[in-house]
Amino acid sequence: MLVSPSPHLHSPASTNSIMRDVVIALLPALVVMILFYGWSAIIVTAVSCVSCVGLEYAISRWLMHKPSLFNGWSALVTGVLLAMNLPSTTPWWIVFIGAVVAIGVAKMSFGGLGQNLFNPAITARVFLLISFPVAMTNWAMPQGFIPAVDAVSGATPLGLIKEGLKSGQTISEALAASGLDVHYVLRDLGASGGEVSALALVLGFCYLLVRKVVKPWIPLSILVTITVISAVFSGIDPEHFTGPNFNLMTGGVLLGALFMATDYVTSPVSNLGGVIYGIGIGLIVMMIRYFGSYPEGMSFAILIMNCFVPLINRAFHQKKYGRS
Amino acid sequence: MNKLTFSIGGIHPSDSKISRGCKIETLPLPPKVYVSMFQHLGAQAKPVVAVGDKVKAGQIIAEPGGFISAYVHSPVSGTVKSIAPRKDLAGFAVMHIEIDVEGDEWAEGVDLSPELVTNIPEDRDFILDRIKMCGVVGLGGATFPTHVKLNPPPGKTAECLILNGAECEPFLTSDFRILLERTDEIVVGAAIMQKVLGGCRCVIGIEENKPEAIEAVSASVARLGFPGMSVATLKKRYPQGGEKQLIDAVMHRQVKSGGLPIDVGAVVQNVATSLAVYEAVQKNKPLVTNTMTFTGNVVPPERQHNYLFRIGTPLSFIAEQAGGIPENAVKLVSGGPMMGKAIANLEATTVKGSSSILCLGDETRRHPETACIRCGRCADACPMGLEPFFLKKLYGVGDTDALERNAVQDCIECGCCQYSCPAYVPLLDNIRMAKAQVMGIIRARNAKK
Repeated sequence: MLVSPSPHLHSPASTNSIMRDVVIALLPALVVMILFYGWSAIIVTAVSCVSCVGLEYAISRWLMHKPSLFNGWSALVTGVLLAMNLPSTTPWWIVFIGAVVAIGVAKMSFGGLGQNLFNPAITARVFLLISFPVAMTNWAMPQGFIPAVDAVSGATPLGLIKEGLKSGQTISEALAASGLDVHYVLRDLGASGGEVSALALVLGFCYLLVRKVVKPWIPLSILVTITVISAVFSGIDPEHFTGPNFNLMTGGVLLGALFMATDYVTSPVSNLGGVIYGIGIGLIVMMIRYFGSYPEGMSFAILIMNCFVPLINRAFHQKKYGRS
Repeated sequence: MNKLTFSIGGIHPSDSKISRGCKIETLPLPPKVYVSMFQHLGAQAKPVVAVGDKVKAGQIIAEPGGFISAYVHSPVSGTVKSIAPRKDLAGFAVMHIEIDVEGDEWAEGVDLSPELVTNIPEDRDFILDRIKMCGVVGLGGATFPTHVKLNPPPGKTAECLILNGAECEPFLTSDFRILLERTDEIVVGAAIMQKVLGGCRCVIGIEENKPEAIEAVSASVARLGFPGMSVATLKKRYPQGGEKQLIDAVMHRQVKSGGLPIDVGAVVQNVATSLAVYEAVQKNKPLVTNTMTFTGNVVPPERQHNYLFRIGTPLSFIAEQAGGIPENAVKLVSGGPMMGKAIANLEATTVKGSSSILCLGDETRRHPETACIRCGRCADACPMGLEPFFLKKLYGVGDTDALERNAVQDCIECGCCQYSCPAYVPLLDNIRMAKAQVMGIIRARNAKK
């Protein structure tokens, strides 16, 4: 007979079941991505997942000599997220370098699961963005199993607008010069690939909400902050500042807000802390997009706010019973 | 109807009330009983009988060893065989009085008739004396002497007596059964306590998963017509029956850290205590019987029981009567699965507060601990609003100042954090040790003042 202190029961949830739920939640968006981008997306995803899981296993087993650090589902989440953060045209060896940075540098060198300060997938993305700017900003138009619009390859809409604004053009001039249909970018972008994958991302996130894996406060505060800031700026000067719809739908805002900023390890514990963290991310994204030299900014925003998480955790606590 | 619940934390474990349909059976008398001198919170009781004495059921065999202590009565008639230390269920040596059972003769003045007595004595001191002399203690888990709790210090008045019928622990059904089968007696017991407390109102709180009990008690309250008494439906949520949580749910007030329920005008008593108060005051029957559940996932349905037992009956005798401990049982627990104590010694005896023998199977095995992923589930689950993952970390580095600042001493040891932790971190194990350390420091500091 066993003898141990109470409690004598445990809830069915485990770290594995939680990470499995996150993988399940990412599946709809992953399927959409593969349908739109085809074989190249499958290759990127496969390389990323296999390298992330393999590296985590290898590092915990043979480098850190602590096989218990290996958590396959958690590494798989990083693998899928990394794949979704890379253009489908990324060469396999760049994907592999990304996995080394994500798992080896951002995660395991801090002590493995639960110890990392920065979100592994985003760290890898930013590393690749800085190291391989051309490969990482090569925005392949949908060219997958579902015939979408005319496939072209080029800069992302965010990049186009940023370049245009830098050279003194207005948003509509920049888009006209690029040959892209303004309406496609500003409205129909949402109506085709972008929105379908947005829908898939939201669907997956709803699954996490229903399973009580995540709480909605962080994504909500990010999205509301972005909406408010871009509504104000574009309302004042629509020719130089992009609007809320565009900002919410592009540049990985949804993926970042729903799945990357909500990473347990690198986000605050308390609800109020989560809101502060979310507002911070929203502010930084919009500052980078409007006033910075990078067109996008979600990755940087999350990484910057990751740094503040220990401080936020220290400043914001739960409401305690009988101590108000 | 508006369902009440507490405002912070809480979990929703499966309620597993497998034995809810089992009527209370009277357990046969065992050949021997072992009556513990440490069945209540406070000082141990002092034996007042000698080896060889003949005792009757309901006769005092030990007196209080201090202000916070309680009388202990013989649960059976027979001969005192020995007075010696004996292992309790956790394996600690505690003084026990061993009595060989001979017949079933009761002490004079104990009314064993089943008639309901609804006339409540007028004299408050008489009632309190009866409760004290009958050795009544809180049967909700803490076994705090009831006469002390019903006698608030000068300057404090009770506004509300909360009768705790939540039975929020999974598996346990003894409170549910007495609410169904001893309804009127419990309601009269509540009215007696209302009178002692100066005529405050009384709310009987019952969780929504016991609709039959809510119906029966509501009907009884209406029929007996005691003033200021009502029934409240509580949400099914653990730890709804925690004293502080129940006060929050029913009165929307929170007891300050380090304070007592009476500070916010509340007195909480368990329904089983109410029954014991009724028997003590109206029938002059000391607390020598209680109701317990024999249950568990590994116990087949036909072997689930709710027993009325004589306090002092060995656990092994009860298990035998119930058809033995199932072979696939992995752990035996006395009390609920969230806060109960693991039984290390089945030869140990039942005490006033015994509420179950729970046979748990493989589901109770602990999983190997993995890394904390800071998901915050422990903090979300904590009904005291603490941050268990952080407390564990602080305990690890031995920072007692920070532990105190982060209110480790407020922990009620409900187990919600450890239950919820997806990384199987033994949070409560650590927090218990941290709490003991900090409480020691606080006590030492107060003693110096």
